[in-house]
Amino acid sequence: MPVPHFLEVSNLEITASINMPGDIPKKITLVDNISFKLKRGEVIGLIGESGAGKSTIGLAALGYARSGCAISGGSIKINGTDILQLPTKARNKMRGTQVAYVAQSAAAAFNPAHRISDQVIEEAVVHRLMSKTEALAYADDLYEKLGLPDPKNFGRRYPHQVSGGQLQRAMTVMALCAKPDLIIFDEPTTALDVTTQIEVLATIKNAIKDTGVAALYITHDLAVVAQVSDYIMVLRHGKMVEFGSTDQIINHAQQQYTQELVSIRAMEKEEQAAPDSRPLLQVSHIDAAYDGLNKVLEDVTLHLHAGQTLSIVGESGSGKSTLARVITGLLPPLQGSIVFNGIELSAGLKNRDLEQLRELQMIYQMADVAMNPRHTIGQIIGRPIEFYHGTKGAQKRRETIELLDQIELGEQYIDRYPAELSGGQKQRVCIARALAAKPSLIICDEVTSALDPLVADGILQLLMDLQKEHNYAYLFITHDLATVKAISDSIAVMYQGSLVRFGQKSKVLSPPFDDYTQMLLSSVPEMELGWLERILASRTMQSADN
Amino acid sequence: MKFTDSLAKLVSNLSWAARVGLFSLSVFALAALFAPIVSPYDPHEIVGDVWEPLSANFLLGTDQLGRDLLSRLIYGARNTFFIAGAATLLSFFMGTFIGFLAAVSGGKTDQLLSRVNDLMMAIPTLIFALVVLSVLPANMIVLILVMGILDSTRVFRLSRAVAVDIVVMDFVESARLRGEKTLWIIFREILPNALSPLFAEFGLRFAFAVLFLSTLSFLGLGIQPPDADWGSMVKENKDGIVFGIPAALIPAAAIAILTISINLVVDSILSRTSSLKGGR
Repeated sequence: MPVPHFLEVSNLEITASINMPGDIPKKITLVDNISFKLKRGEVIGLIGESGAGKSTIGLAALGYARSGCAISGGSIKINGTDILQLPTKARNKMRGTQVAYVAQSAAAAFNPAHRISDQVIEEAVVHRLMSKTEALAYADDLYEKLGLPDPKNFGRRYPHQVSGGQLQRAMTVMALCAKPDLIIFDEPTTALDVTTQIEVLATIKNAIKDTGVAALYITHDLAVVAQVSDYIMVLRHGKMVEFGSTDQIINHAQQQYTQELVSIRAMEKEEQAAPDSRPLLQVSHIDAAYDGLNKVLEDVTLHLHAGQTLSIVGESGSGKSTLARVITGLLPPLQGSIVFNGIELSAGLKNRDLEQLRELQMIYQMADVAMNPRHTIGQIIGRPIEFYHGTKGAQKRRETIELLDQIELGEQYIDRYPAELSGGQKQRVCIARALAAKPSLIICDEVTSALDPLVADGILQLLMDLQKEHNYAYLFITHDLATVKAISDSIAVMYQGSLVRFGQKSKVLSPPFDDYTQMLLSSVPEMELGWLERILASRTMQSADN
Repeated sequence: MKFTDSLAKLVSNLSWAARVGLFSLSVFALAALFAPIVSPYDPHEIVGDVWEPLSANFLLGTDQLGRDLLSRLIYGARNTFFIAGAATLLSFFMGTFIGFLAAVSGGKTDQLLSRVNDLMMAIPTLIFALVVLSVLPANMIVLILVMGILDSTRVFRLSRAVAVDIVVMDFVESARLRGEKTLWIIFREILPNALSPLFAEFGLRFAFAVLFLSTLSFLGLGIQPPDADWGSMVKENKDGIVFGIPAALIPAAAIAILTISINLVVDSILSRTSSLKGGR
């Protein structure tokens, strides 16, 4: 007898009504004609860019639509019952007991005022599946199974007392605690560092295997989903692009869009050798602290030549953004010197002259907040032209349009506001603003991390083209090693405020490695089946050796 | 006729409540503006008996001396609007500028300005105003200055709080990195983004200024007789209430309608500009 499907979604359609004041309300379709089936013990990965409808589908499997959205067609059957037909009370009971949800940000999903265990067992206790003591014992069991430290006492801590990765695992425990049959993972590792991500991924994979639940795994990272799922569904603009087994999608993608996603990180820059001349930027023995006491940076020394790219890699908290703040003068260092173009820059922003400020521009991670929402694109790009070069009127407008052409947007954007642009376009405008100053060094602080992979690729390509043409030097801060490989000439690896490794790209990325670089490099998910197992196995062997 | 077009568009975007508020505001404003034309009598002339009831001759009756109440109300609106408006504008120019300056400068400047402001706020406004006004000569300029400066402490609080949130945004940091001066940051980067809450507060502050002026006049420190504003009219006629004469309630009702109308308009505009995507 064939195993019955636990979850059956057919012809799902979700619409939202947009009700802008002064406009006629209109309906848009977020999810269009999506169907899939899922057995116990199977995992389907939903993958797509932001706005593809992944999370909306995930929430729909709970019978839930965000406010303003409505499930307008199709059916969602769990164990044979269509949950859309159920009365609210029965649906509420189903949530948590049969279907559970793991959100992207565990830090935001846990109530900081309650102990972890109280929140983990809430579902099971509220629905009277277990008594409180039973539930606590079961939770302790799960902590141990998922490899959380000191499982007996882990649940008595408050959310802020454990790390981000641990909290994400605690959330998986929360989902498992009521023994559901289906778990929806909504980008559970996206907010984590790569070295933490690998632990959480392994945990999730084991939990699915041990408990035999069905799972929907939502992510934008194809390499991650390849590690955990049996099937992959590629979504775009609410429609299904391709569906198949993980092997089919990764190794034999049919659709062009899927192929683009798979091959996305093929770009790689030819490394330029360091010239013997004086470097453009020489940072020597920098110590920095925000409160004057606890050093965030310790003895950082590195240099960058004109026209080259230096990538600074590290996990969150490694001090890479702080280094950028020190170089720009926003945070005067405790000691050390910054020599730019042969002249030592004064530590504070106020004492630098206009020419020094102009030579050194910065591009931010979040393009949304890096532009004044009430200035037009023309004003945003035009200001540095006027400010540094004194160009006004028609000439300023001409130069602004020239810059818009360079960033591949064109004249028609000049009178628009940032809110009318997409994420990638906004970042392009920020690049144009930096270019408008005609700098020689541009600091890029995680400029692609908030963007979808294909869009991010376009931005990187643009930056590389501009570098070739105008010989800009980039100081590129990122946590993404694939980006680093794609664009750098030299690399600096940072860990807890100090420089672990610095040199030409080929040297930094080839053995012998120090322990940290080794771990960092091996933690980046690769688009390959069985990568997770291979890495975990090699790590256990290493620790056995030691 | 581009102006009328855009005006028509603005009105069509407003809710019904806001249209009602806007209508009554314009009636008040027009009446005040064209007071000599629309008022049936001279406001200082005694034209009838004391406290005559409403009639065709005296639409709202007469006051405690026999002057026409409607005419006094119309001329009183001039005083009320002008003094409350000027005081509110003054408090906004002062309050927002100093508030933004405190937020942008930070550190010691911020501490100094904020603590002086706290000191001012620690003294109850009404008592402060009573003391100052009883010492200074009672004229309109002094009245506006006192009301404006006392009120600017509230505006300072709000504008500083709004600006502190904006100052930490990347676009302000980016302007600083560019080397922009403090004034540019205040007027170009912060002000455009702080307008919605400030505008809402302006409406409320104007309403409070009307009430505050009425209070001062009621206590005899505001507009001096024989001129009138709505607050002093309440005071002059208050004795009639004991005899069942509604003359005091009419200017009181006018104050209430004005205050409510302002709030209706402000609420509507605020909900429009603060909505996530609709406003700019």
